[in-house]
Amino acid sequence: MSNRFSHYDPEGFYDELYEDKGQPRPGSTLLLRKFASLPEGELKKRQEAAERVILNMGMTFGISGSDDGHEQIFPFDIVPRIVLASDWERIESGLRQRMRALNLFIDDVYHDQKILKNGVIPSELIYSGKGFLQPCIGLNPPRGIWCHIAGIDLVRIGDGQYYVLEDNTRCPSGVAYVLEARQVMKRTFPELFEAYRVRPVDGYPSQLLETLRSLSDLPDPTVVILTPGIFNSAYYEHSLLAQKMGVELVEANDLAVVDGSVHMRTTKGSQRVDVIYRRINDDYLDPLAFRHDSVLGVPGLMESYKRGRVALANAPGTGVSDDKAIYAYIPKIINYYLAEEPILPNVPTYVCSDRRDRTYVLEHLDQLVVKATNEAGGYGMMIGPHASKQEREDYARRIEADPRNYIAQPTLALSRVPTLVEDHLEGRHVDLRPYVLYGRDVYVLPGGMTRVALRKGSLVVNSSQGGGNKDTWVLS
Amino acid sequence: MLSRVASSIYWLNRYVERAENYARFIEVNLNLTLDLPRGTTEQWEPLVATTGDHESFTDRYGKATKEAVIQFLSVDAANPNSILSCLTSARENARSVREVISTDMWEQVNRFYLMVRAAASKGLSSHNLHTFLADVKANSHLFLGITDATMSHGEGWHFARLGRLLERADKTSRILDVKYFMLLPTVAEVGTPFDIIQWSALLKSASALENYKRFGRISPDDVTAFLILDSTFPRAIRYCLIKSEDSLHAISGSEHGSYENQAEKRLGRLRAELDFGDLEDCVSGGLHEFLDQFQAQLNRVGDAICETFFAPRPVHSTITGAEAQ
Repeated sequence: MSNRFSHYDPEGFYDELYEDKGQPRPGSTLLLRKFASLPEGELKKRQEAAERVILNMGMTFGISGSDDGHEQIFPFDIVPRIVLASDWERIESGLRQRMRALNLFIDDVYHDQKILKNGVIPSELIYSGKGFLQPCIGLNPPRGIWCHIAGIDLVRIGDGQYYVLEDNTRCPSGVAYVLEARQVMKRTFPELFEAYRVRPVDGYPSQLLETLRSLSDLPDPTVVILTPGIFNSAYYEHSLLAQKMGVELVEANDLAVVDGSVHMRTTKGSQRVDVIYRRINDDYLDPLAFRHDSVLGVPGLMESYKRGRVALANAPGTGVSDDKAIYAYIPKIINYYLAEEPILPNVPTYVCSDRRDRTYVLEHLDQLVVKATNEAGGYGMMIGPHASKQEREDYARRIEADPRNYIAQPTLALSRVPTLVEDHLEGRHVDLRPYVLYGRDVYVLPGGMTRVALRKGSLVVNSSQGGGNKDTWVLS
Repeated sequence: MLSRVASSIYWLNRYVERAENYARFIEVNLNLTLDLPRGTTEQWEPLVATTGDHESFTDRYGKATKEAVIQFLSVDAANPNSILSCLTSARENARSVREVISTDMWEQVNRFYLMVRAAASKGLSSHNLHTFLADVKANSHLFLGITDATMSHGEGWHFARLGRLLERADKTSRILDVKYFMLLPTVAEVGTPFDIIQWSALLKSASALENYKRFGRISPDDVTAFLILDSTFPRAIRYCLIKSEDSLHAISGSEHGSYENQAEKRLGRLRAELDFGDLEDCVSGGLHEFLDQFQAQLNRVGDAICETFFAPRPVHSTITGAEAQ
């Protein structure tokens, strides 16, 4: 195959579409042949058409601290990532395993704490974590499941192996972009969907609704999504999911606890609510239970929840497994509860509260990525090899002042996917966030959010930091 | 339906309708001034007076030149009622109820907003102004058509129609008022061919010229009666009240001719005044005075709707000010 894409060079990185210089991988031959058959300039035209579709759809995300309505158009690249069926099979079974173990862990932490008593995890690490909530001790969510909706971040590195980078078990966002990216791609390359057998992602909203309904014993429970409101950066997603599931999107002020049950205020009086998919943080759920200074939240919600009058997804308290220091222990957690080896390995992680790890981290700051244990969105993070001397010294001070709050990992050579730059392709680093649901059973959405660092050479894929998205095609 | 959602749908439609009517305001004045006899100065001050935002205009612009007034009414982001501000508010309200309105409705509001924003950043001049005003009207009509064709005609749709028609009734009364403020060169000109041209221009701005003509020749009294009392022309005030009342009863489920809440009571009385009134009742105390009083009563209907259906929810001050008219 000789064409303008045959000079594409993976430059030594693991490339998701190319095996070697100019050599497509088995799954991507068709795609790249199609690209090559398009007239000069056509790819760029389609990229622009896709951007117009996105603009008209009003697909936006907010960035805290930006002006002009806080909205930014979702940056999107039309070259998809392709995942072979065999790779996906492994990912899926790894995620099922991890989801089960995470839930057994959370339930144990809030009940018998066997894992602490057996010395697998230092108790101190649990109690000092911001995600651990004292008021949740002894609670019994339906069927003992706490985390119903998770987004597990995966990366693929030089060896072609997938690793878990982060577990998002509080309020993972981004799934709306997976659904919408697919719509955009179907409008942009209808002919490719005829040629490829891409597993559909449209089933997610109904799977999510089933998961939420499974939290109630009623035959037809009233399910709502609780959003902080239109200024939240993920508001677009909250409204999209409500629309696709056909449930009400409520704000805290729409809800009130009456006689121990949660009700929503409607034009015809109040209506009982049975299941709440809440997209607000634990802290802000109920000013009576958590932050007394908060004007957000529904007073009395936690009490109603404790009495089993309303179900919450995710359950309060799941943040305990979302802590980056706890992450380092997940392989042990899987082993402890399931007596299995992790199917998807962790990235080697140094926990700074451990004295030996800390010494190593401080000596190798120029090679490591340092992350605050309770931050997300690419904030509170330093990439050693790209950081200035001053930034490294700054982080060294922060680590010494509060070691519990930091972990470090080797700087990973994230895999790359060809990305459209003008009218040619250049490799850009990506990660992958698949979505996992746990209702009556574990469900893994075949696909996920492929985030791409659009800046050349950058390793930061977060949309708040110059990242964009790609559609993820899981082949059947 | 959630009170907050009902409120957002109502305001979404009020804002879209308001934007359309502001385009009509500017059009009526353009039409009127183009026909002025040579030597007469253009009058733009009256237009600001009819919108009720006279004070904020004078504070910021001073003299009412054509350019200043058009800027103020169309793309001035600091004027909360300008076409640009209306679309910004309409879109924010639509965004907060995206799960309830159809995707097509959302995309139309979004496109409408992007069109106005693009026009605002390019700037309006005499050569693109007419196209812009026509685009605003067409986009508003498109939104209305999409709403009718893609949204279930249930409670939400009735709140939409209620918001739209109350807004339209108010604005038609103000379009009529422009003629009152628009001074004729001399009193002697009243009823002259020149006066007739002005009344035709006014009808045209309310998309009423063709509809009216079936009723006969143009006379000031007949035009006034048509725009206030006609029961079938969709921009006539009485038509707006009849359909608003239908929607209000559809929402609460109460019978026509009765009332269950303040909103129904006030709207029912206001409508009855027009049902059983004639032109003489409207103009005997002065047309401008009549319209002024009508607008005040209509505001009280709007207040009652907010109290009856939207108020159960405490106002959330950080949310857009969607409830601040």
